[in-house]
Amino acid sequence: MTDRIQDNREDNRMDVLFYGQALSFPLMLGTAQYPSPEILREAVLAARPGVVTVSLRREAAREKTGQAFWSLIQELGVPVLPNTAGCHTVKEAVTTAHMAREVFGTDWVKLEVIGEQDTLQPDVFGLVEAARILSEEGFKVFPYTTEDLVVAERLLACGCEVLMPWGAPIGSGRGLNNVFGLRALRAHFPGVPLVVDAGLGVPSHAAQALELGYDAVLINTAVARAGDPAQMARAFRLAVEAGQLGRKADPMEERDMAAPSTPVAGKAFLG
Amino acid sequence: MNRSKPRILVKGAGVAGMTACVALAERGGDVTLYDEAGRVGAGASWFAGGMLAPWCEAESAPEEVTAQSIGAVDWWARHVPQVIRQGSLVLAPARDVGEIARFARRTSHYTQVNGAEIASLEPDLDGRFQKGLFFAQEGHVDPRVALQALFDRLLSLGGHALLAGAPAPDEAAFDWVVDCTGLVARDRLDTLRGVRGEMLLLRCRDVSLHRPVRMLHPRIPVYIVPRANHLFMVGATMVESEDTGGMTVRSMLELLNAAYTLHPGFAEAEILETGIGLRPSYPDNMPRVTQDGKYLFINGMYRHGFLLSPARAEEAADRIFGQAA
Repeated sequence: MTDRIQDNREDNRMDVLFYGQALSFPLMLGTAQYPSPEILREAVLAARPGVVTVSLRREAAREKTGQAFWSLIQELGVPVLPNTAGCHTVKEAVTTAHMAREVFGTDWVKLEVIGEQDTLQPDVFGLVEAARILSEEGFKVFPYTTEDLVVAERLLACGCEVLMPWGAPIGSGRGLNNVFGLRALRAHFPGVPLVVDAGLGVPSHAAQALELGYDAVLINTAVARAGDPAQMARAFRLAVEAGQLGRKADPMEERDMAAPSTPVAGKAFLG
Repeated sequence: MNRSKPRILVKGAGVAGMTACVALAERGGDVTLYDEAGRVGAGASWFAGGMLAPWCEAESAPEEVTAQSIGAVDWWARHVPQVIRQGSLVLAPARDVGEIARFARRTSHYTQVNGAEIASLEPDLDGRFQKGLFFAQEGHVDPRVALQALFDRLLSLGGHALLAGAPAPDEAAFDWVVDCTGLVARDRLDTLRGVRGEMLLLRCRDVSLHRPVRMLHPRIPVYIVPRANHLFMVGATMVESEDTGGMTVRSMLELLNAAYTLHPGFAEAEILETGIGLRPSYPDNMPRVTQDGKYLFINGMYRHGFLLSPARAEEAADRIFGQAA
């Protein structure tokens, strides 16, 4: 089993580059809300994600007071993608990105500018502005956005080379709310790495995203708040692998009528 | 040296240290308590909720927490006069009522309660909630009262206290040193970290509750614990940070929102106190007793100090005196 997954890993390396780098596996795992750092570690071992994301805003409200936890994250041995979760303004997001670069020694940043407290919907206006500032400063920005095509255009125009549209509101577990919109985004930007970020609840949601042609998924709450996070992490890994294989295998077309896979000789089917 | 009465120094007058003092003195130890801050409850314990809720905690804590804490309510009731055994109530605002099903799936020893049953338990909540869980066997205690009661108990058992400006004792003069100093001991316990918690103390004459209420929310679960004299403890945030600065506006909003959602009568409550503590925590968020020669460390209570310290204190006593018969 392990060997087979390893083989696919090698295979994936050639597929998609995120700012010039391949992910070892097209799964990004958030590190918030786990019952303990130890359970987080078990989940990471089970999911073997390509990156882990880490939030800094609240933990570092004053100076680097989150260092003890961040050290545990760095010890996981998985590339770290810091995020600006909890930031509501451009200024907050930019400052948090600066701190993230200093703490984790990476110019990657998952950019969140939250516009609405209840749904945690991105403020796409602030997002584009923050993405422009950070890209000009040399950051490699992974923007958390909606499936809106025009916003996507603007983000790419200001230097983003990856887009991370939501599946559903953060932590809602509702899966892909707007499959049409996500399909359109995929079709419009065939060469841009796309990651479904937020809203996935169960493994089949992740498989669906990969089947739609998305290059990776990001999950956090679905694993962290599961009764058994490590088991759910493994389930998501398998689902991502399934969705990816299914996509590569060139699925059949949907049809409106039944198409029996065995001959129906002897029955009057043309009547 | 009289081997039948070992001389034991307990460092740290928080809940880990005070439970250890009493457990060790009850087994016949000659116990001396020392706290460099000079008083009882100078650390995180002072800001604890004091909920004795073995079954509610199973929602997010490992099974061992429940297993090790079932005796905790009785332990506290034996040592502290003011333990209240009225159970605890779990509620959710209407829009988050799905959280109750999740909480129920992961816990046990509760009964489902409807609006009328909630009102009969807590008359002030009449008409406000239609669905909840009632954990009848749980209890709660005022941490500040409880720590003082343990201190009095230590003295009545012949223990000694070095507080209020006393110089640090000579550790060489003791047979055992039981270190319960939380994050102060992190130089010797390298995986220990602090998890910031913030709490509020309110005075509200318009609302009365008989038991702790947990308000579920997908991101921000908060509990409200009634105390004597119309006081309510509202807590507690959990932030992976060792910041000891004042409460943030965001945290204050979250805590106050929960109180206000529980009952609008809290709108006129007085905010008496904001409290900040760092919970000493190991990576698995479980406390442990470790030994290095004559040094025992009881540490890593995380958010379960009042729930798990009795079991850890007895474990430390077993190490010093041998297993209890």
